[in-house]
Parts: sequence; C-alpha cells; structure tokens
Amino acid sequence: MADEPLVLGIETSCDETGVGIVRGTTLLADAVASSVDTHARFGGVVPEIASRAHLEAMVPTIERALKEAGVSGRDLDGIAVTAGPGLAGALLVGVSAAKAYAYALDKPLYGVNHLASHICVDQLEHGPLPEPTMALLVSGGHSSLLLAPDITNDVRPLGATIDDAAGEAFDKIARVLDLGFPGGPVIDRLAKEGDPAAIAFPRGLTGSRDPAYDFSFSGLKTSVARWIEAKRAAGEEVPVRDVAASFQEAVVDVLTRKAVRACKDEGVDHLMIGGGVAANSRLRALAEERCERAGIRLRVPRPKLCTDNGAMVAALGAEMVARNRPASDLELSADSSLPVTETHVPGAHAHDHDHVHEISKDNLYS
Amino acid sequence: MDTATPAVTVALHDGTRVVAESAQVDARRHGELLLPAVDRVLADAGVELDAVTDVVVGVGPGPYTGLRVGLVTAATFGSVLSVPVHGLCTLDGLAYAAGRSGLDGPFAVATDARRKEVYWARYEDARTRTAGPSVDRPADIADRLAGLPVVGAGAVLYPEAFPDARGPEHLAAGALAGLAAERLAAGAELLPPQPLYLRRPDAQVPKNYKVVTPK
Ligand SMILES: [Zn+2]
Repeated sequence: MADEPLVLGIETSCDETGVGIVRGTTLLADAVASSVDTHARFGGVVPEIASRAHLEAMVPTIERALKEAGVSGRDLDGIAVTAGPGLAGALLVGVSAAKAYAYALDKPLYGVNHLASHICVDQLEHGPLPEPTMALLVSGGHSSLLLAPDITNDVRPLGATIDDAAGEAFDKIARVLDLGFPGGPVIDRLAKEGDPAAIAFPRGLTGSRDPAYDFSFSGLKTSVARWIEAKRAAGEEVPVRDVAASFQEAVVDVLTRKAVRACKDEGVDHLMIGGGVAANSRLRALAEERCERAGIRLRVPRPKLCTDNGAMVAALGAEMVARNRPASDLELSADSSLPVTETHVPGAHAHDHDHVHEISKDNLYS
Repeated sequence: MDTATPAVTVALHDGTRVVAESAQVDARRHGELLLPAVDRVLADAGVELDAVTDVVVGVGPGPYTGLRVGLVTAATFGSVLSVPVHGLCTLDGLAYAAGRSGLDGPFAVATDARRKEVYWARYEDARTRTAGPSVDRPADIADRLAGLPVVGAGAVLYPEAFPDARGPEHLAAGALAGLAAERLAAGAELLPPQPLYLRRPDAQVPKNYKVVTPK
C-alpha cells in the first residue's frame, strides 16, 4: 500500500459536519459546516437538530473538500469515517454517507474512533507521532488522558472525567455569567483581562488519595456558581473577568498538572493536547511552561484542527491504510459508545495480524 | 430505496419492470442493512452501480433516524455518479403498491409514527393523493377516514381507529421505483430528495438558570 495514502475522512459525531482530505501526513482540505449557531439558544447541542443539519450539509461538504484538495474521488486510497463515540443519530449520517461513497467508488472503508482521531490529527501539524504518545483530550464531550503506543491499534485510557467534561464546565459557567454558548472562547477572552489568582477555586481530585489521572469539574462548577450567587445576593457587582480567569486557571491547572504527571510516571517524553478546549490560550501557555520545566515536548495542533473536523478522521484513516490495518465492511455500525480502546472497527472477517494482544506485554485490558 | 419505515428496501427498475428487489423489516438496523441490500440487489441483477441513471428515494414521512440513512445514501450516490436523485413520498409508494395488489377507489395509507401517532395520507386512487401527508393520533382522524380501507402498518397497529386495515403492511422499493418510472416517463416532476419530518425537533430552550446555593 502507498506510503502516503490519499484518504477522505468524514466526521459527524456532534454538531460539526467535517470532511477532510489528507495525503499521508499532509493536509489537503479541511471543510467544515457547523450547526453551532442553531444550538446556541438551547444552551447546548440538540441531537435532532445536529442530525438534520448533517444530512443537509453532508454531500455539499464532501464536494467542497474534494474541490479544495483538487483531487477526484476516484484517486482516493480509502474513505474513513467516525464510527463513534458520539451522538447516535449524528454518527449515522456520516457513516451512511461514507459507506455509500466507498461503495460507489469501490474504495476501502475505515470506521475509526473519534478520540484516536483527535490524537492522530497532530501528524498533520507536527509530523508522525512519537510512539508512545501521551494525549490529553479536552472538549465539551471528553476529558481524557490516553497513552497511545500505536494510534492505529493500541490506545489505553489512563484517566477521564468522572462527571462533567472540561468544555462542559466552560459552557455552564458562561451560562451562569450570562455569556452565551459556547462558553470556551468568551471565557478565554475575558480571562485575559482578569486576575487568575483573584479567587481560589477548588482543584478537583488533586488530593493525595484521589485517582491520579481522573478529573472532576462538577464541584468546581458548583463552587463558582455559589461564589457568583453570593455576590449577587449581597448586591455586589460580579467581577466577571476575575471570575473567568480564576475559574479557567482552576481547570487548566488540574489538566496540565495531571498530564505532566502521567508523562513522568509512564516515562513518556511527548505530550499531545487535542479537543476543542485545546484552543484555550491559557491551557496552551501553562502546558508549554510545565512541559518545558519537565523536559517534555508539547504538541498542540492549531485550534481549527483541535475542534471536531474531518481532517483528523482522514489522518487516522491514512495511518490505517499505511499500516495495512483491515478495512471495515458494509455492515459497519455507528456506535455512540465505542470504547477508546477500539481505535477502528474492522470488518467481521478481517484479521489484524499484530493486534494489541499480541504485541503488548503489559496490556491493561487483558 | 426507502428507509422511512421499519422496512429497509431497495429495488432496481429498468423503466418497465422491477429487475431485483430486497425488503427487510428491522426498525433498528437501517444503517447496517441498507448498503449490503444495495449490493445484493445489484448483484442479483448483474448490474454495476454506475449503470444506474436515476436514484429514487423515499422522503418519508418517517421517524427521523432511519429516514436519513436512505436520504444521505441516495444523495451520495447522486453526487458520485452524477445522476439525478428524485424524492417520492413514502406513503405514495405504499398507495401505489396497494393499487398493484388490487385496491381501487378511495383509501388511506398509515404508517407508524411512534409516540402513539401515525403518518397518514388519503388517496382518490393508487396514484392520486388528496390529503396529507400528516401526523396525527389515530383516534383524532378515525372519523375522517371512517369507512375507508387503510393500508399499512400504521393501520394494523390501531384496529379500533382503522377497522378496515389492509396490506401491504410495509413498502417494498419496487413499488416506489415503479411509481417513479411512471412519473418520469410522463415528464412529471418528482420531489426534491429532502426529508418530510412533519415534526419539529424535540428541543427546549432551557429554563432560567437554576440556582445552586441552598436556601
Ligand atoms: Zn471531539
């Protein structure tokens, strides 16, 4: 198979209809149609609205990506699609389109994992991933620490949020402060003008007996809300910039502290940060600072590649092709709770000759 | 092809007759079943997909998730093959099938809309819709359709409202393709391949922010 496979990737797990095209680790096109504005007044993503928007945007976005890349569907070496995790109805639109596309063009189909794609996208920015890579994925839907010895077939969860995702906490605090949806960008902006040390908000799960790599943002959220309500009840003005900065600091402090610790414990010298919250400027800055101090190389893709997009799916698909991983079959299902350990969904009769159980001596899940 | 009802169905039609057809009833597996069915139908007919000159898809009304499988598949085929994609009301396909099996004169068609409702339409004959498609509770339309045969799984489900339920219960895509072939040959316009949801998405603007401070 080609060293630099030409792959189209489709992503519809949430509210972005993304279609990307890559050649190996080179990004050729990244077309995204978002329904985020439609969800704004509901204060969160409404699954049925997202699914309807995916159906409308799907084929036009594929056509736009092909045009942008200047390639024809016939030239592709494979079609990759997010098979899960994500919103069931939303995933189904992308999976159905990918199947039809692969079938009509007679190309192999690769159903891949959304979380593994978030990690693999960094190959488009910084070249091949070191093996293993430590990844911190933070968005409105996920907050996880993952160790990836081989992004195509060995990704191990070290920790995850036990309640809210980091991005969800941003959305909720933005709502308490009447800043609209989504909360991440506006809090990031206001925090720049505030004092991150103004209010000492709690750092969840950082006690010595707490799980080292899990996260919790629910207590922080409640604590921030109470602090704001107390101010309001006392008839005082809420210092929005200081609240935003102090809240944000509490989130990124825990995220970066745990990620760096995981790297040290596992002897990994590279940390990748992905997901929508990786666009947060303070997270990037603090991670940079702490990684440098710990002698860890930090890899964070540009913001547009951190949020959900098709290029990340294409990046992982290209890696599947390059490493001869088995393709999916036409019965491929959308799986809203696909575990992160399932980096892809090979067809029923496929054989993956160097599967995780054979190559990994200390497999955490055997 | 049609995925608007529990039936996942695909047919190949050559303009005069159905060459091959597949119909499976499984309300939860539209996504898994459709493409293998397309492949099987083409293989049975000994035809490659790129020989197809027109794609016809049932646009519902239908419960949302499955409905979109057929629509996005048809749209993708249309884009790759550069052929027109036509929409047809799924209930029209059932009416046409009922006509083929001998039902004449005024009747109605009803499919299961879930949530104790049916999607329904009224027909003067197998090719002429005179009311609908709409979504209603069976009891609310029983009077309007009193005395009429009602075709489809929606009728079978609610015998009190629709005592004269008739087959076919489910659509087979051969009827949809047959109706489309007839209309296209007559130079008639079909529908755009866009879904007939007939319901707004369940979405609520959140109530005012909920206070967390204990009283
Ligand atoms: Zn994501």
